[in-house]
Amino acid sequence: MSTRLSLLAALAIAAGIMASYVSARAQSSQDVVITNVSYDPTRELYKAINEAFAKQWQASTGQKVTIRASHGGSGKQARSVIDGLEADVVTLALAADIDAIARESRRLPENWQSRLPNNSSPYTSTIVFVVRKGNPKGIRDWPDLARQGVSVVTPNPKTSGGARWNYLAAWAYELDRTKGDQVAARKFVEAIYRNVPVLDSGARGSTTTFAQRAVGDVFISWENEAHLILKEFGADKFEIVVPSFSILAEPPVAVVDVVVDKRGTRKVAQAYLDYLYSPAAQKIIARNFYRPSKPEAADPVDLARFPKLRLITIDDVFGGWKKAQAEHFADGGVFDQIYRPAGKTATR
Amino acid sequence: MSVVILRGWTSLSLPKPSALPGFGITFGFAVTYLSLIVLIPLAVLVARAGELGFDGIWRVATAPRVLAALEVSFLVSGAAAAVNAVFGVIVAWVLVRYGFPGRRLLDAAVDLPFALPTAVAGIALAALYATNGWIGSLFAPWGVKIAFTPWGILVALIFIGMPFVVRTVQPVLQDLDREVEEASATLGATRSQTIFRVVLPVLVPAILTGVALAFARAVGEYGSVIFIAGNMPFVSEIAPLLIVTKLEEFDYAGAAAIATVMLAISFVSLLAINAVQAYSQRRFSRG
Amino acid sequence: MADGVLSESRAVRWTLLALALGFLALFLVLPLLAVFAEALRRGIQTFVDTFVDPDTQAAIRLTLLVAAIAVPLNVVFGISAAWAVAKFEFPSKSLLVTLVDLPFSVSPVVSGLVYVLLFGAQGLLGPLLEAWQLEIIFAVPGIVLATVFVTFPFVARELIPLMQEQGTSEEEAALTLGASGFRTFLTVTLPNIRWALLYGVLLCNARAMGEFGAVSVVSGHIRGLTNTMPLQVEILYNEYDFVGAFAVAALLAGLALVTLGTKSLLEWRYGDSLALAHRH
Repeated sequence: MSTRLSLLAALAIAAGIMASYVSARAQSSQDVVITNVSYDPTRELYKAINEAFAKQWQASTGQKVTIRASHGGSGKQARSVIDGLEADVVTLALAADIDAIARESRRLPENWQSRLPNNSSPYTSTIVFVVRKGNPKGIRDWPDLARQGVSVVTPNPKTSGGARWNYLAAWAYELDRTKGDQVAARKFVEAIYRNVPVLDSGARGSTTTFAQRAVGDVFISWENEAHLILKEFGADKFEIVVPSFSILAEPPVAVVDVVVDKRGTRKVAQAYLDYLYSPAAQKIIARNFYRPSKPEAADPVDLARFPKLRLITIDDVFGGWKKAQAEHFADGGVFDQIYRPAGKTATR
Repeated sequence: MSVVILRGWTSLSLPKPSALPGFGITFGFAVTYLSLIVLIPLAVLVARAGELGFDGIWRVATAPRVLAALEVSFLVSGAAAAVNAVFGVIVAWVLVRYGFPGRRLLDAAVDLPFALPTAVAGIALAALYATNGWIGSLFAPWGVKIAFTPWGILVALIFIGMPFVVRTVQPVLQDLDREVEEASATLGATRSQTIFRVVLPVLVPAILTGVALAFARAVGEYGSVIFIAGNMPFVSEIAPLLIVTKLEEFDYAGAAAIATVMLAISFVSLLAINAVQAYSQRRFSRG
Repeated sequence: MADGVLSESRAVRWTLLALALGFLALFLVLPLLAVFAEALRRGIQTFVDTFVDPDTQAAIRLTLLVAAIAVPLNVVFGISAAWAVAKFEFPSKSLLVTLVDLPFSVSPVVSGLVYVLLFGAQGLLGPLLEAWQLEIIFAVPGIVLATVFVTFPFVARELIPLMQEQGTSEEEAALTLGASGFRTFLTVTLPNIRWALLYGVLLCNARAMGEFGAVSVVSGHIRGLTNTMPLQVEILYNEYDFVGAFAVAALLAGLALVTLGTKSLLEWRYGDSLALAHRH
C-alpha cells in the first residue's frame, strides 16, 4: 500500500514541478523575449543596457521585454549561432564573425554592416596592457612582450575575438616600426606567442587566469576589460600600461533576420540595437569603459579615462576583416603556423 | 560481477519459457532505451572520429599537446588513486574497527564526493587552496602553490576518488572473521604480522577494485578539476578540457578522436578491472 | 582486548585514528565548510539576494525540471532492465549488464559531446532537425538527454544484483495464485526492492541535479534559459560574483547533505537488503 502511495506521491511531485515550470514560462501576449548572443567581456555592459532598455521599452510601448544573454569567446559564439543557437541579435567582437554567420547560415544578409551607423558599431574599444602593481617587469610597450622571461596572457584567436584584435595590434606595431616588413612582423608575433603559457577560450577566461590565478606578467586586454580588472580586483593590485600604438577595435552588432522573422521579434530587436546609439545608452557604454561612438552624449568623467593613443584600423593595415581572417586565422593560416604551445621542457 | 558473468555463460540458449510474463516488454524497452540513449550516440562518436581514418586518429592522439594532456590526466589520476588506496584502507579500518563519537556521521559523510556536484567541489577546492585560501595561505610563505598547478589537480582527484576505496573495503572488513586474527595471534604472530600477512591479503581484491574505480573516475573528471587546475597546456591541462577546447574551436573530428581514445582506454580499464577482480578472487579469496 | 596482539597498540590506534580523521577533515569537512563560509561572507542578506535574481531562479527551475524528467525515465529503465535480467534467462545477459555500466566509465565531457555530434547542426541528424524545426542542442531537450545519459546506470545498478539475489520464487508463487504480471510486480516485487529503488533514485537525483561537464557541452549557456544550477555557479564565478556563486553552490551542497542524510537513514534501518546490492 505504502509503495503505491509513494509512487503516486513521486509522480504528483514531478507533475507539480513540470506544471510550475510551464506556467512560469508562459507569457502573456504582452511579453516578448529576445536573445542577445554576445562576446565574453560584455556581461556587465549588457546587464546595465538591458535593464535600461526594458524600462524604456515598457514606458513607450507598454510591452514587457526580457533580454536573454549568452556570453563567450566571439568566434565560439559565432559558430554556436551557425550551429543552431537561436539569436535574435548578435553583438560580437569583430565583423568577420558576423560575416561568417551570414555566409554559412544565411540567417542575415551579407551587407548587414551597412545597416547601422558607424559600421554597425555603437561602441569601440582598443587594446592595452595590464600588469601587476609596480610593473616589476618594466613593461612599457609592445617590444617588451617579446622579451625573454616575460610571460604574456592572451586568449585563443581561434575562439576569442579579443585575441584576434590583440594579434593584429601586435602585427601592426612591428609592421609600422619596420616600415612594412611582413617577415619581421611575423617573427615578432611568433616571439610574443612563445611567451604565452595558456590560451583561454575568451577574454574573460584570460582575465581570470591573469588576475585570479596570478599567471603571467602582462595581460593583453580589451581596454574595457582592463578597467574592469582595476575595479573588481583593486587598483592597488594592478595597473594599466597604455602602449604607444594600438588598433581601433570595432565590435559590431546585428539583427539576425531569419530568427526575428520566425519569432516575430523584429520590431523589438531592431529597437534594441537602435537604442544602443541613443544618448542614454551611450552614457552607460562610457560608464562601462567602452568608447562610445557618440562621445558628446557621454559623461566627461568617463571620457577622461580613455587615453589618446595612436590608433590604426584594420582596413588601413590589413585590408579589412575578410582578408585578415582568411590569411591569419583560418585553418592552416598564419596563426596555426606560428603557434607552438610552450614545450614540456620550458614550463615543467 | 563475476557471478553474473558465470550465470550468463551457463545460459547460452534461447530464453527458457518462463512462468513470469513481461519478458518481451521489459527486455525490449531496456534494449531500445539503451540503444537510443547510449549505444547509438557512442557509435556516432566513433564514426565521427573514424572520418579521420586510423592514421588521422593516430595523428591527433599523438600530437604533443594531446599526449601531454593524457599524460597529466593519467599520471595525476594514478597518484590520486594511490593516495586514496592508502588512506581509504586506513579510513575503512578506523570506521569499522574503532568506536568514537561521531563515527556514524563521518561514515555517512564519506559519500559526500558522490553526492556533491562537481562544480561545487571545484570552486570550494579552488577557494581553499588558492594562495589566499585557508590552506593555500599556509603554504604560500614557502612559495608553494597548490591551486592552479598539477598539485591542485591532485587534490581535486583525491577528493572525488576518496569514497571508492573506502566503500569497497568496508564490507569486506566488516565480514572479516575475527577468529582468523585470533588464531594467528595464538600461533605467535605479532599484531603487525597478523595485519600484513593475514588481514591485508584478504582486502587486496577490494582495494584493487576501489583503486581501479577511483582511477577510472579521476581520468574523466572535468567539473571539479577545471576550477583548480591551471589549464596550461603541457603542465596542468587535462584531457577532458582539451576535448572541450577542440569543441570550442569547432574541430569536431579532433574532439571526437580524443574522446574515442579516452573511451578505448576506459574500455580497456573496465576489462582490466574485471580481470583483476577475477584474478584476485582466485588468488586471495578465502574460498 | 589484549593490546598489541589481538588489536593494535594504543599508539598505533591513535595514529591511525589521527590519520583517518585528519584526512577526512582535510578532504571532506573543509571543502564543505568553505562553501558555506564563502556564501555567507557578505552576510545573510547578500546570500538571500542571490536567489532573487531571475537568472538564478530560472537555473533552479531548469535543474528541477531536468531531474524531474531524467530520474523517472531512468527508474523505468532500471526496473525494466532489472526485471529482464533477474527473472529470465537469456544469452548475452552479462553483455547487457556491462553495457548498462558504460556511462559510468565515460567522461562527462564525452557524454555531452556524443549528443552534439548526433543532434548538432553539423551532426548526423542536424539537417533533419533543422527541417522539422526541432531544437535539441543549445536547448532544454539536449540538457535532458545529456543528464539522462550520465545518470543512466544508477537505478539499474542498485536493482539488478538485488533482484537477482531475490530470485523468482515469490513472483512465481503469486502467479500461481492468479495474479496478473503487473499486479505481481506491484504487490510482490516492488515492496522487496523499494529501499534499493529509493537509494538508486536518491543517487540518480543527486547526480542529475549536480551534473556539470556534460550539460556544459550541450547547453548554449543562455542565461535564464539553458543554464542549470551548476552552470549558473560557473557563470557567477566568472563574473567575480563569488558570494553569488557560493550561494548557489551552498544550495547544491545542502541538497547533497539531504541526499546523504536520507541515504544513511535508509542504510541504518534497512541495511541488510542494501548490503546485498553492494555485494558484487
